[in-house]
Amino acid sequence: MNYRYCNPTLLLLMCVAGSALAARTDITVGMVLEPPNLDPTGGAAAAIDEVVYANIFEGLTRFGPDGSVRPALADGWEIEDEGVRYVFSLHPDVTFHDGSDFTADDVKFSIDRAMAEGSTNAQKGLFANIDNVEIINPEKVAINLKQADGNLLFNLAWGDAVMLDEASAGDAATNPIGTGPFRFDKWVQGDRIEMVRYDDYWGKPVKLDKAVFKFISEPTAAYSAILAGDVDAFPNYPAPENLAQLDADPRFSVVLGSTEGETILAMNNAVPPLDDIRVRQAVAHAINRDEIIDGAMYGYGTPIGTHFAPHNPAYLDLTSKNAHDPDAARALLKEAGHETGLSLSLKLPPPAYARRGGEIIAAQLRDVGIATEIENLEWAQWLEQVFKAKDFNLTIVSHTEPMDIGIYANPDYYFQYDNPELQALMTDFGSETDPEKRTGMLQQAQQMIADDHVNGFLFQLAKTGVAASKLKGLWENSPTQANDLTAVYWDE
Amino acid sequence: MKWRSIVPGASLVLIVVSAALLSYLWTPFDVATLDIRHRFTAPGAEHWLGTDHLGRDILSMLMVGARTSIAVALVAVGIGMGIGVPLGLLAAARGQSWVDELIMRGNDLVFAFPSLLIAIMITAVFGPGAVNAIIAIGIFNIPVFARLTRGAALSLWTREFVLAARVAGKGALRISAEHLLPNITNLLIVQGTIQFSLGILAEAGLSYVGLGAQPPVPSWGRMLAESQTLISLAPQLALFPGLAIVMTVLGLNLLGDGLRDWLDPRMRRER
Amino acid sequence: MLHYLFRRSVALLATLVVASLIVFLVIEVVPGDPASYMLGMNAQPDTVAALRAELGLDQSRTLRYLHWVSGMLHGDFGRSYTYRTPVADMVADRLWVSLPLAIYALTLSTLIAFPAGIWAASRRGRLADSAVMGFTQLGIAVPNFWFALLLVMLFAIQLGWFSAGGFAGWDSGVLASLKSLTLPAVSLALPQAAILTRVMRSSLLDVLHDDFMRTARAKGLSARQALLRHALRNAMIPVLTIMGLQFSFLIAGAIIIENVFFLPGLGRLIFQSIAQRDLIVVESVVMLLVFAVVMVTFLVDVAYAWVDPRLRHQRR
Repeated sequence: MNYRYCNPTLLLLMCVAGSALAARTDITVGMVLEPPNLDPTGGAAAAIDEVVYANIFEGLTRFGPDGSVRPALADGWEIEDEGVRYVFSLHPDVTFHDGSDFTADDVKFSIDRAMAEGSTNAQKGLFANIDNVEIINPEKVAINLKQADGNLLFNLAWGDAVMLDEASAGDAATNPIGTGPFRFDKWVQGDRIEMVRYDDYWGKPVKLDKAVFKFISEPTAAYSAILAGDVDAFPNYPAPENLAQLDADPRFSVVLGSTEGETILAMNNAVPPLDDIRVRQAVAHAINRDEIIDGAMYGYGTPIGTHFAPHNPAYLDLTSKNAHDPDAARALLKEAGHETGLSLSLKLPPPAYARRGGEIIAAQLRDVGIATEIENLEWAQWLEQVFKAKDFNLTIVSHTEPMDIGIYANPDYYFQYDNPELQALMTDFGSETDPEKRTGMLQQAQQMIADDHVNGFLFQLAKTGVAASKLKGLWENSPTQANDLTAVYWDE
Repeated sequence: MKWRSIVPGASLVLIVVSAALLSYLWTPFDVATLDIRHRFTAPGAEHWLGTDHLGRDILSMLMVGARTSIAVALVAVGIGMGIGVPLGLLAAARGQSWVDELIMRGNDLVFAFPSLLIAIMITAVFGPGAVNAIIAIGIFNIPVFARLTRGAALSLWTREFVLAARVAGKGALRISAEHLLPNITNLLIVQGTIQFSLGILAEAGLSYVGLGAQPPVPSWGRMLAESQTLISLAPQLALFPGLAIVMTVLGLNLLGDGLRDWLDPRMRRER
Repeated sequence: MLHYLFRRSVALLATLVVASLIVFLVIEVVPGDPASYMLGMNAQPDTVAALRAELGLDQSRTLRYLHWVSGMLHGDFGRSYTYRTPVADMVADRLWVSLPLAIYALTLSTLIAFPAGIWAASRRGRLADSAVMGFTQLGIAVPNFWFALLLVMLFAIQLGWFSAGGFAGWDSGVLASLKSLTLPAVSLALPQAAILTRVMRSSLLDVLHDDFMRTARAKGLSARQALLRHALRNAMIPVLTIMGLQFSFLIAGAIIIENVFFLPGLGRLIFQSIAQRDLIVVESVVMLLVFAVVMVTFLVDVAYAWVDPRLRHQRR
């Protein structure tokens, strides 16, 4: 064939046809919130981890899709000296995206940086038990603890404990350089973040060569972006009301999974009238969980009776302890001397579960004679007024940290539950390493907070993901806040 | 004859106002009662305009929501006129002095902050709510009326009849009140109409972004905001609150237009 | 005219200084600490303190104000607390969305309003006038975000001609960008055009009553000639005022529209920054908008004086 007669349009068509036959290797992931910056060790925003965790940055250990702790940059580890010394052997041939080698120096730097006096790590508590990091050789590093701690490997899997290089850590907020399978490419602020495959990745190569995270906070826009194919997957789809429609559409699959988000009606245990257990119990009995899950979440969510994730093996179903029983609630209120009525403030942060759930709970409380004054707050106001100043009676919030029942052992925590018995139990739990005993202790703690009606326990937040049906390998559940794309591919 | 638009205008406004007043005594359903099993009911015999995502009756919510809209917009225009018009007259009367300069620069200053920014800043400081929405909209109305009044009054000051009044020894205050004010009434009515409709719209906008009246008090803007994700599920949720806003604003504007044509002496003369 | 310009410039500066003080003070009293917001619920107090120091929030107010103002004079708007990038860069990025949007909308509304207003005025009392006025009535009554919602329902969800939001980015082509700005610009422009049409028409009609118009008519000019040659120039004063008003409204009103269409513009930046307590961004962007509005007002005033020399001389 003579090239002079080759039609350029035809060539173009052939190219297009060729690419249509091969499976796609790019993905656009929709997210509700844009991360403020990209340094997972310098801020609490979940959106940071949702972009960078496992994609750009990795830690010594990592969470798997089922929430289990797995080796990552650390090949393996040995626990010495009765649990106060962990020796990690690092994976060889790991490089950062700028080409520099990952060694024990970087481990020491990253952990020291997180623990340091002036550190701005949002989860500094994870490192509180670490005494020092000791470099044994470039591929071996020891972490010495202050006391034995069964949680270290779990703690190191957090996004806040990822490994950075000293040379680039300072710019991680805007130009993150990690060891992960994807390399940061560009950030169009207010719209999207793009990353491309890192070809020198040490682990199993990823199938995608480009990933775009697109930020769409408006649920209608999210809906039409999914319909139009502008977005291939929305792992945390913001409008549960549309899920039924999307599920019926063969182009999309709706994936329901679990999260670590215990959604609670938090009560201020230190301030009258909610310092009275009878009033708290009355509130608990006034709540109709099914109605809240149906009305606010369109049925997506699992009722909980205590502050613990139902998918965890140690979970106890205690929902019968605080079941919907308006008569019991009225009787308790009468007993507590509030038969003429009671007025409580209900401060609501922005998420739909809080705003919609708040209106429903207000109606349920009114039914038993408790008036509420709703105040819608932004997160900054909520943190200031509710979380810091503890100026509230009731609030609705989802606690999305994994295994966070320990917050009930902190009397200064915003709901101000002060129970020495539980505090002692959780201290013992921290140093216990026997799995069976640990489970028993967790169940005891679940019982205690349910018996004390510390908070109104509503439901476990569901992970409602929508994706193109040909897209495989996305996480079903959300054991941590992440959109791990390492196993994602197009099945065409 | 254009002033006849008073009739349809007044009718629309009357419908909205009486619905708002009636809601104090009676609504088809209680707006505080949720009925989640009967959410998204289509308009029909029981719920004339259907129910929302929590099973509340939309007609009832629109009726109660009308109160909020009218109250906020009315008070805001009142603030704007009550403060803006006297300031504008004063500025015009002291046309060459520092008083004029101060008033106009003060106006520029308020005017320099776009209204929604004022609202957002006020709510960031004091928290969201109907009262703060009124203040935010009201503040923005002041420079509008002041500028308009001053501009119109200034050009009137050069007119023969004002000169005659000055020659007759009338003071600036008297001239402003007796000769200028009546002559700018039509302008004020036109502007007042625009500001009132803008006030209704602004209140809807503020509630739409969550800065207006707080739940469970129904408001048209928030109803629209809540309907947004439900467009494909229950379009009526997005339709009716919007139509209520359009109806109110349209009614007010027609009424204002009609009043202007009716009141404006020059126009009557020409007819 | 020169003297007038000088006086207005001094006033302009004074306005800006006072505005900067107000902006700074208001934002200072906003409850909510940016550092606590960024670090979330599990942060320890010393971590928050460390971040506050890093962000310079531990300095005195006066120092911070002076620092901020002097920085702005050098074009340095500071560094965003949350994004950790220079505010000036962020603003520049966002301006490439907001400014084209405002200009697009203003152009659309002018293109609709001028002919419509003139046409209606020249056909006063006739069918065309009533039709135009009817449409403007409707245009004013429709909230722009509701209109936007209807546009999305029809053109994005039903017909799929436009995407429901987002911004392609100028690097993906001018046409693609303009396309993503079209629905937002239309929703902003329609109510604006309705208002502008009414103002155009009514100010033309007002001028038509003036004595010089009678003279013009008496000189033998036809009604339309008189309208176009004499009335239009004199009727421009209120029209210019309203257009100035509208420009500021377009930027502020765009906050809502930018949120409906999730455009990465200045309005959404302000909204986000307030929610995140990224105070330095809020301060700087608000100040920038204030500056823009003050400049527009200034130009409108100068144009006033230029169009109507009476105003200029009066201020002597």
